Amino acid sequence: MSNNFLSWKAKYDAQKERKGPFFTVSSVPIDPLYAPGHTADIDYERDLGNPGEYPYTRGVQPNMYRGRLWTMRMFAGFATATETNARYKYLLKQGQTGLSVAFDMPTIMGYDSDHPRAYGEVGRVGVAIDSLQDMETLFQDIPLDQVSTSMTINAPASILWAMYIVAAEKQGVPAHKLTGTIQNDILKEYIAQKSWIFPPDPSMRLITDIFKYAKDNVPKWNSISISGYHIREAGSTALQELAFTLADGFAYVEAGIKAGLDVDDFAPRLSFFFNSHTDFFEEIAKLRAARRIWARHMKEIYHAKNEKSLLLRFHTQTAGCSLTGPQMENNIVRTAYQAMAAVLGGTQSLHTNSMDEVLALPSEKSVQIALRTQQVLAYETGVTNTIDPLAGSYFVETLTNQMEEGAEEYFRKIDEFGGVLGAIRENFFQQEIADAAYRYQKEIESKDRIIVGINGFVNEKKDDKMDLLKIDPEVERAQVRKLTALKQSRDNIRVQTTLTDLKETAQGTDNLIPKIMDAVRAYATEGEIIAVLKDVFGEYREQAVF
Amino acid sequence: MNKETLDQWIERLFDQDRRATAKLISWVEDDIERAYIMRSVLKQTGHRMVVGITGPPGSGKSSLVEALTKLYRDNDERVGIVAVDPSSPYSGGAILGDRIRMQAHGTDRNVFIRSMGTRGHLGGVTRSTADIVRLLEGAGYGRLLLETVGVGQSELEIMQIADTVVVVLNPGAGDGIQAIKAGIMEVADIFVINKSDLPGAERMKGDIEMMLNLSCGKTWRPPVVLTSVTDNKGLELLYDKIEAHQAYLLESGQRDQQRKERLHQEVWRLWEDKALDAFEIMWEATSGKLVNIDQEDPYEVAQRLWQERFKGG
Amino acid sequence: MKKTRIRVLVGKPGLDGHDRGAKVIARALRDAGMEVIYSGLHQTPEQLVEAAIQEDVDLIGVSVLSGAHMTIFPRIKELLKEQNAKDILLMGGGTIPEEDIATLIENGSVEALFTPGATTTEIVSWIEEKLSLSKGDVV
Ligand SMILES: Nc1nc2c(ncn2[C@@H]2O[C@H](COP(=O)(O)OP(=O)(O)OP(=O)(O)O)[C@@H](O)[C@H]2O)c(=O)[nH]1
Ligand SMILES: [Mg+2]
Repeated sequence: MSNNFLSWKAKYDAQKERKGPFFTVSSVPIDPLYAPGHTADIDYERDLGNPGEYPYTRGVQPNMYRGRLWTMRMFAGFATATETNARYKYLLKQGQTGLSVAFDMPTIMGYDSDHPRAYGEVGRVGVAIDSLQDMETLFQDIPLDQVSTSMTINAPASILWAMYIVAAEKQGVPAHKLTGTIQNDILKEYIAQKSWIFPPDPSMRLITDIFKYAKDNVPKWNSISISGYHIREAGSTALQELAFTLADGFAYVEAGIKAGLDVDDFAPRLSFFFNSHTDFFEEIAKLRAARRIWARHMKEIYHAKNEKSLLLRFHTQTAGCSLTGPQMENNIVRTAYQAMAAVLGGTQSLHTNSMDEVLALPSEKSVQIALRTQQVLAYETGVTNTIDPLAGSYFVETLTNQMEEGAEEYFRKIDEFGGVLGAIRENFFQQEIADAAYRYQKEIESKDRIIVGINGFVNEKKDDKMDLLKIDPEVERAQVRKLTALKQSRDNIRVQTTLTDLKETAQGTDNLIPKIMDAVRAYATEGEIIAVLKDVFGEYREQAVF
Repeated sequence: MNKETLDQWIERLFDQDRRATAKLISWVEDDIERAYIMRSVLKQTGHRMVVGITGPPGSGKSSLVEALTKLYRDNDERVGIVAVDPSSPYSGGAILGDRIRMQAHGTDRNVFIRSMGTRGHLGGVTRSTADIVRLLEGAGYGRLLLETVGVGQSELEIMQIADTVVVVLNPGAGDGIQAIKAGIMEVADIFVINKSDLPGAERMKGDIEMMLNLSCGKTWRPPVVLTSVTDNKGLELLYDKIEAHQAYLLESGQRDQQRKERLHQEVWRLWEDKALDAFEIMWEATSGKLVNIDQEDPYEVAQRLWQERFKGG
Repeated sequence: MKKTRIRVLVGKPGLDGHDRGAKVIARALRDAGMEVIYSGLHQTPEQLVEAAIQEDVDLIGVSVLSGAHMTIFPRIKELLKEQNAKDILLMGGGTIPEEDIATLIENGSVEALFTPGATTTEIVSWIEEKLSLSKGDVV
């Protein structure tokens, strides 16, 4: 450290510090001041690069938001396909170009709406899709060659994707014209989100089958969205989110290569999904570091040749776990800061949470405020006028470096388990996250961390009543009736033949996607297809760690 | 609680009432009327053999218990399971998570699963485990399975309860060597190498067989069974080996021998409890006399107080 | 005659996998000296009640984030009643709107509900207080 810095430090130490503690939301301690000494080792070309240039710390495109703003993509889905279809048409009329499908829990877990396990959950947190018929309804009168669709679906991703492709086919839109994303990230399910169905090996097979099928038939589709969002929501730190997500990404790259693909055949279609929490600079550093780490590994370890394989493109959602029930309106403010961090971190698309999401599906009013938050950010704050405005900040660059170093440290630990699957088996991630979540909770209870409205600045008066969106229980009954009718009217012999065929393929090694598409075309339901696969693959069960 | 009510509860246990079974287990565990309850129950139990499943954390003990239970249920036998997990040494509390792995039988009225914490007992098996197993027997569960976490010495205690001890290990990571070091060899009646879907299982089997060749003299040679719960392999073989071991115990007369030894041990243990209780009362009266921190060492104090109390050695 | 340890069943009904809250609670209850039987994700009310009976717990704690709270809590209570186990208390957590909380408490579907933001200390003291009052009639 320079003399100049040391003399300031002496003065600083001579004065009183207010009661901290001074740490990030991830409990990382922060210095009072960052100065040139902190960033002396940074080489601009090597470590930052211009936007759109290796290692892409400053952004994946040369022009970033001066060229095009991020996509404002709001996640939506509820009740039945008919209702959600109406909402989509409304959103498209409002100028939204991307759709983002939220499925209900039974669909996510592979149960049809008439399964006893689905009772009470049909259409609650998203739209219920049982068969191709529902998928056709969902996109009725929405030309699928003109929208890009993101589907938050993982364990049964292959089936829902097949339904989408066939629904498009029926509209006369060929698969190669389709654009969109399926989340399809099973590793983070084992690590954090827990919407798994099959054990890891067959799950990875389904994913590489999708990679292969996408490469040959649906080339513009993002075949996976490698997600840190849920890892963070489960209680991880920012660094853990970064490290675990990228480790998952590398695991998919290795799986693709092992399945016989060339890295450049599928890596350009890998996309990412991060969380943006309230600790402003930490989030920005996380996102900048993510791009750099990905580029370096893809180039140096996986020897990708195609520049597109080096680019870490990502969607961001503001942190649902940061929202509070009391003084719900404060969530608007939290979300706004989080959104700004995501944009300063260079996100390609953004979902802003609605203030009431902590208690229910968002009401129309609160969704509108959330969308307006992004519009204010884009059009009023001026943060989009220049690219990566925080580059060169002693603080932000230091944090970015720390993120990269910390992530590399985690990668080494994960390697010691023989990779991500080994580390999942040994509960490494689960334990790390459980510990972080518990620590965070304890910090709140000891008031080392203040959350406004929760353990500080609590209102004496009760909050005003909010109008929350309610789902009518009739939705479930209607969906079950529709399913029953379908099962009677379809060609059940054809359904059986395609399912038997699928089962044989599952027992072998051929690509499953064409067989799943055949079953979907015959209007086999999601639950029926899953049951066949469960029969062959078995089911995953967790080992809980605390 | 008066004896009449208690007798009614015990009656209900013999009638296979699950609520009563559960409550009596709690009382025994909490040392509420334990002697009274057990004297009523032990008269009618003790016939069924107990299979103990032990091994390092995460080796798949609960998964195996679930799988064995399925096989017993296929024969329409009723299964009682006790799963013991360590309590926290700091708070005395515990998180008991074995049920997660036994979901398949979670609502089967012919399976009773009871989780318990060690509550400060070091042995991996609590004082009352043996009694609780017998309560389950009294409630008509003919197959009795006991899961305990075993690392090192603590397996020794399961031998005192279980007639057949199954030691569960996993392939790889030098487990084989560790097992031998930890003295598991003496405990096991059956070795299971679970997760044999992972590499290294055959080699580990070889290692264990080799060690078994060295330890001669026993009439029962523990078989080494490869299982994979995930791939549903080796489970029937394990079932058969358990049957074989139990048949051996009966034929060789070992079972009677074991029962005699256990009776001794249990009497001794009950004496210990009584003695400890008595000492605790004495201690309350005596400990006030420990005043001289600087001038006496604990040996001296102990000796002095003992002499004061018992007027002698 | 006094029970020596409070036993609690913690489980997660519903199909979602959001067990962060359930796990934090489980850990906090353990650290407060309780025995927590953790039955994990995707529990049906039937499974929860059967486990509660076999484990002879004093209390069931479930977290519901799927929006199905209006069906799940009454169902658990009903099953407890059917099994003559009304003395087992029911506590819940999750994202539950104020008015639903009021309804559920009023109609006796649940003894207490904690929303995000409740501290584990609060929950622990609620349990301790509630059980020290009611334990007398259990034994
Ligand atoms: N690959 C593989 N995994 C298994 C097998 N059996 C169990 N597991 C997994 O091993 C983990 C631990 O299984 P449990 O049955 O809970 O093990 P346990 O020994 O009872 O664990 P504790 O009670 O926590 O000590 C789980 O994730 C199981 O899915 C097997 O045969 N093969
Ligand atoms: Mg276990």
